[in-house]
Amino acid sequence: MLHLLQKPLEAAKPSRRSFLKASAGTVGGLVIAMLLPRAADAAAGDGAFIQPFVHIRPDNTVVVLSKHLDKGQGTATGLTTLVADELDASWEQVSAEHAPSNPQVYANTLFGVQGTGGSTAMANSFMQYRQAGAAAKAMIIAAAAQEWGVPAGEITVSNGVVSHASGKSATLGELASLAAKQDVPAEPVLKTPDQWVYIGKSFPRVDVKNKTVGAPNTYTMDFQRDDLLVAVVARSPRFGGKLKSFDATKAMAIPGVVNVLQIPNGVAVVAKSTWPAISARDLLDIEWDDSEAETRSSDAMMTELKDMTAKPGVKVREDGDVDAALDGSARVIEADFEFPFLAHGAMEPLDAALLYDGETAELWLGSQIQTIDHNVAATILEVPFEKVKINTLWAGGSFGRRAQADSHPVAEVAFLAKAMLAAGMDPAPVKIVWTREDDMAGGYYRPMSAHKIKVGLDEDNNVTAFKYHIAAKSIIKGTPFEAMLMKDGVDHNMTEGAHDTTYAFPLMNMDQSYQETQVPVLWWRSVGHTHTAYVMETMVDRIAREAGKDPVAYRLELLKDDPRKANVLKLAAEKAGWDTPAPDGRHRGVAVHKSFGSYVAEVAEISFRDDGTVKVEKVVAAVDCGTPINPDNIKAQVEGGIGYGLGAILRNQVTLAEGVVEETNFDTYEPIRISDMPEVEVHIVASNEAPTGIGEPGTPPIGPAVANAIAAGKGDWVTNLPLTKAGLV
Amino acid sequence: MSISLKINGETRTLDADPDSPLLWALRDELGMTGTKFGCGIASCGACTVHWDGVPIRSCQTYVGDMEGAEITTIEGIDGKAAEAIQAAWNELDVPQCGYCQSGQIMAATALLSETPKPTDEDIDTAMDGNVCRCATYARIRKAIHLAADKMEA
Repeated sequence: MLHLLQKPLEAAKPSRRSFLKASAGTVGGLVIAMLLPRAADAAAGDGAFIQPFVHIRPDNTVVVLSKHLDKGQGTATGLTTLVADELDASWEQVSAEHAPSNPQVYANTLFGVQGTGGSTAMANSFMQYRQAGAAAKAMIIAAAAQEWGVPAGEITVSNGVVSHASGKSATLGELASLAAKQDVPAEPVLKTPDQWVYIGKSFPRVDVKNKTVGAPNTYTMDFQRDDLLVAVVARSPRFGGKLKSFDATKAMAIPGVVNVLQIPNGVAVVAKSTWPAISARDLLDIEWDDSEAETRSSDAMMTELKDMTAKPGVKVREDGDVDAALDGSARVIEADFEFPFLAHGAMEPLDAALLYDGETAELWLGSQIQTIDHNVAATILEVPFEKVKINTLWAGGSFGRRAQADSHPVAEVAFLAKAMLAAGMDPAPVKIVWTREDDMAGGYYRPMSAHKIKVGLDEDNNVTAFKYHIAAKSIIKGTPFEAMLMKDGVDHNMTEGAHDTTYAFPLMNMDQSYQETQVPVLWWRSVGHTHTAYVMETMVDRIAREAGKDPVAYRLELLKDDPRKANVLKLAAEKAGWDTPAPDGRHRGVAVHKSFGSYVAEVAEISFRDDGTVKVEKVVAAVDCGTPINPDNIKAQVEGGIGYGLGAILRNQVTLAEGVVEETNFDTYEPIRISDMPEVEVHIVASNEAPTGIGEPGTPPIGPAVANAIAAGKGDWVTNLPLTKAGLV
Repeated sequence: MSISLKINGETRTLDADPDSPLLWALRDELGMTGTKFGCGIASCGACTVHWDGVPIRSCQTYVGDMEGAEITTIEGIDGKAAEAIQAAWNELDVPQCGYCQSGQIMAATALLSETPKPTDEDIDTAMDGNVCRCATYARIRKAIHLAADKMEA
């Protein structure tokens, strides 16, 4: 698949020019953007105020266009909050829709292309969406001033009502048409934080109503049209395997099956609906060519990783002669860690729908990096970029899974649509559905990794040297992201959270090694932090014990130069009653970690069941993510991030036997369930700093907090995940 | 073959293989997509519907067996327990991605209909089959208690 996609991948690389254009400053970018209403909107305008980030309709509804994919993290609500606040709309009149794919207008200002990830949605939009709201408000006021013949400075807007001391008043909708004719202000004046009405308060999510009534057309899986065809694809059971031959005779006999077509990565069964496609696929006779496939077991791959960590690798950080410092130390603590492949397991399996008529293409999917999806579709279908339209739908989770460098679900549906036309079929929309097994056995995992640690201590148990080597498959090496994300030949994603630690160690060296395998890997909620936080935070706990120091007090000694991190640690400890003994039969563990600009400390309280297994009873978290835009959503993301991380460390792993994935559904890759979920308490630090990420930062500390609590109870730290391997689950 | 199903109080006739899952009949044949496909093996509960008020997994229920049965889906759910559950879900902003929430709401409604004042243990037992990968479980628990209070009020 990767090989076949080489050309689309090249095309998907954002050019230097487009990167510069899109990142040319938010104010300038906004104004240019605001002068470019979409043709479709103009046609549908009819008295509406249409700008790229906000539409005000004559029926007095205000629609905020989310350039980011909302896959549950609450981004659409966050962006709506920013616009509504500056516009002074009422919360009842606002709603959100996903923006079209257009990197010139909707680029993530931190990426240079349109895309969501790295917990950047609020960070890159905070000024842009407020400016959009403020500009719209200025135009509404200008319209009222013109209509009423009064000075603009005397007009106020509050809760969606525009008014003047003379008694004149109007709704935003009533002024929309005239507002659309006003000049777009070059530098709209933003509110000061004391004037905010929605930012910093917890207004309800804009998408909850639809999600509690089973509303249609919410997710890609639900996309329907009368002429819609549904396809499932038989893909190689081994990564890197190729199709040798197939016989579709039995599959074609299933009522409802329309065609069976070869595409570059397998065989697609196209049917009038989903069940015939799924049933018919089972009847395909296929032979695969595994000559270039990954045929090793995950155990063998782990052995290779561990061997890599025993030899020098690529230097990530080199403070000095770490081996000499270790030799000169009074004692050396050594530890080896093993982390498994993890599947994202979003509730909505992967899916993508496409209509291609030979000249134009329209896509419907939860598109996370629209610009790459767009380029890949255009390249495979051999149509110009502007002949492709993407309708971004709400996604039933992602956790990183929908942000692929190769847009493989879009590539697959594009190849299929092409094959359908080549086979003489009439143009029709086709939706590829991934079954749970397809999704889970389909790769793009959190890479498995091996970590080797040596920590030197002097006679007083002060750290003298910290030597750390991580071996894993790189997520970005060899992908279009390499040019942007690999610096000096180093994949910092792999070691983030470790090489940049703010613990005051006198000497730290860090190496990384890259495993070569056909198993595709991808970012999984918090990326490198999923393993580095576990290693760093359990190691610091071990060192604290060696030194006979309290884990919180010891960390605070090492965090003198990182006041925000120290602050969340103190807050979580205080709220968890760290200085008082844990209740009978319970044990506490703590971890603190910075990721995606945000600081999160978590105190986990655990007990052991009679059979020796671990029950996580309670987690107290403290978070500093800069200006809190919607505190309740911050709490929700930290609650969810804790649950997501906890499920993984308890019992999740993807293993391979002779290259074939063994865990293919939720029976063997058992997700965290309600009976596993601890009570969670989240405390948010008040802050005027720029907002930072919140979708991911709740996840990294939970693993080490639980591991440290287990060690507090049992004495040993688990170094080989998941906890099932230690008989603790 | 032609099969008659009673769904949300209405008799619907469809042409389907009697051995095909109710899930796909609802979604593809009847266009009712509120009931979700999550795993296909009754391990996640996203496809939960009510059969004569009892929560079942529609991915492992075959249309041929449903002739004459009363099926309720998220689109047709009503009554005191359902209203209280949906109101509590909105009040506490339970959903994140939302994909599992139809199934969660169907399971929670069935729980409250049987057990108007559930304990945490009751909730664990009734809801453990419903996976939420966003791990909104803490809020699901709170929302069920809140809905119970609403029903009592």
